[in-house]
Amino acid sequence: MSNINRRDFIKSAGILMAGTALPLSTIEMVFADSQQNFTFAYISDSHIQHIKGKQFVRNWDRGLMRAVAETNLMDPKPDFVIYGGDLAQLAKKSEIDHGLELLSGLRHKTYYVMGEHDYYLDLGEYWESQLGPQYYSFDHKGVHFVVLNSILTYDDWTYNRWSSGEERMNVMAGLDNPNGSPFMVGEKQRTWLKADLAKVDKDTPVVVFSHSPLQKLFKNWNFWTEDAEQVQALLQPFKKVTVFYGHVHQIQYNQIGNISFQSVMATAWPWPYPKTYAQAPNYMPKLTVDMNRADPFFERDATGWQFVDIHNGNAAMHYSLANNSRRTVAFNTQTGRPEDMKYQDHRIPPQTHY
Amino acid sequence: MYIKPGHFSILWLALGSLILVSSSAFADEFTKADLERWQQEYLTVVKQGREVFTDPNLGNNGVVCAQCHPNGANIHPETYPKFQQQLGKVAPLWEMINWCIRNPLEGKALSADDPRMIALQAYITHERRGVKLAPGKH
Repeated sequence: MSNINRRDFIKSAGILMAGTALPLSTIEMVFADSQQNFTFAYISDSHIQHIKGKQFVRNWDRGLMRAVAETNLMDPKPDFVIYGGDLAQLAKKSEIDHGLELLSGLRHKTYYVMGEHDYYLDLGEYWESQLGPQYYSFDHKGVHFVVLNSILTYDDWTYNRWSSGEERMNVMAGLDNPNGSPFMVGEKQRTWLKADLAKVDKDTPVVVFSHSPLQKLFKNWNFWTEDAEQVQALLQPFKKVTVFYGHVHQIQYNQIGNISFQSVMATAWPWPYPKTYAQAPNYMPKLTVDMNRADPFFERDATGWQFVDIHNGNAAMHYSLANNSRRTVAFNTQTGRPEDMKYQDHRIPPQTHY
Repeated sequence: MYIKPGHFSILWLALGSLILVSSSAFADEFTKADLERWQQEYLTVVKQGREVFTDPNLGNNGVVCAQCHPNGANIHPETYPKFQQQLGKVAPLWEMINWCIRNPLEGKALSADDPRMIALQAYITHERRGVKLAPGKH
């Protein structure tokens, strides 16, 4: 923790003890129609990893525990929490159980998104038995929320190639494993999505949660959704659409037509940006100001959780980073795209990745 | 032992003929087959390196190198040796690999000449081929 961060933390802690608000409450004052403004928290990619018996990888446990503790400290309280997928590393019951036990400390209603690390052992059977349907929608304060399972893939890969669920899970768990397969939402869910959105007025803000990006960014590491264009086509008729996704363990944001895209950090570990792999091309958005390069000697660096302010249907994402100052990427109504509120035109050396 | 001048030259003659006999081709000549074999030897070690890089038993907690470093990215072998502010000294790549084995992998450090350490460096550098050397870069 740097001196500045330590001071900030102590200041926040002091304010908390005095029973007033964390500095984040000031953000809401900027916007007019406060009736429709609200905040939710977003935790993702904890990769709880079973070693044996009662042992789990300590590092990943600590990341999730920290996110839960800090989310509970939010004031004003978030309306709900989104868990963005990859709660487990290899989709084992023990991992999902342990992850849910750590998440049970949250004092808020939590919605869950399916990640590939929760899925490919038993095709989501245990996850579903604990958490309910793999895709669904709900409405909250005038916003229509959709949760998709975007980590499906071709049936031939899923059903015909593996001698066991463990083998299938192990292959899909390797981000750079050439025997993996591209993610997709799939026809069945797209049909459902079309019907679900048909009931929604085009002026209603729509927020979609998926695990994979719903864009095609970098195929090698599955920063990719095979049917992204078809899903985007269903969303484009709406005036305000925001897609939030996990999986990438890094800050990314983009704007395609009416759709804003924003990624969330992992609580477990950060991933390199695709440009740092010298042997394959990528299609990463130029708009993104990258996260700071991680200090490997501080195990929580470049991990974190976030909270999202929704104001008049637009989103402002606040990245709460363990060893860095907080970053805010907010929709700029003037330019019509998400932008970093501090670094968009003033990048600093740690944001250079190579 | 005292060697008379005459004996000395005989010894040199003997040595010279030994060298001539033992090298049927000149040392600076190598064939296409040689090149292929050397490349194959190298790629075999690169492949072994990838296996170590994804081996849950390299450390003690099942975590593998590739979990944080897909395709060996974000290791920057071309920047070593470099000053590691956290170690307070200039370090070669293998010391940082050991740092990772000891910490995120909760394992035991490898010696510098351990075949697994050499294979890891071969794989990491291979994935970074074509990138300019930049020792000391941050």
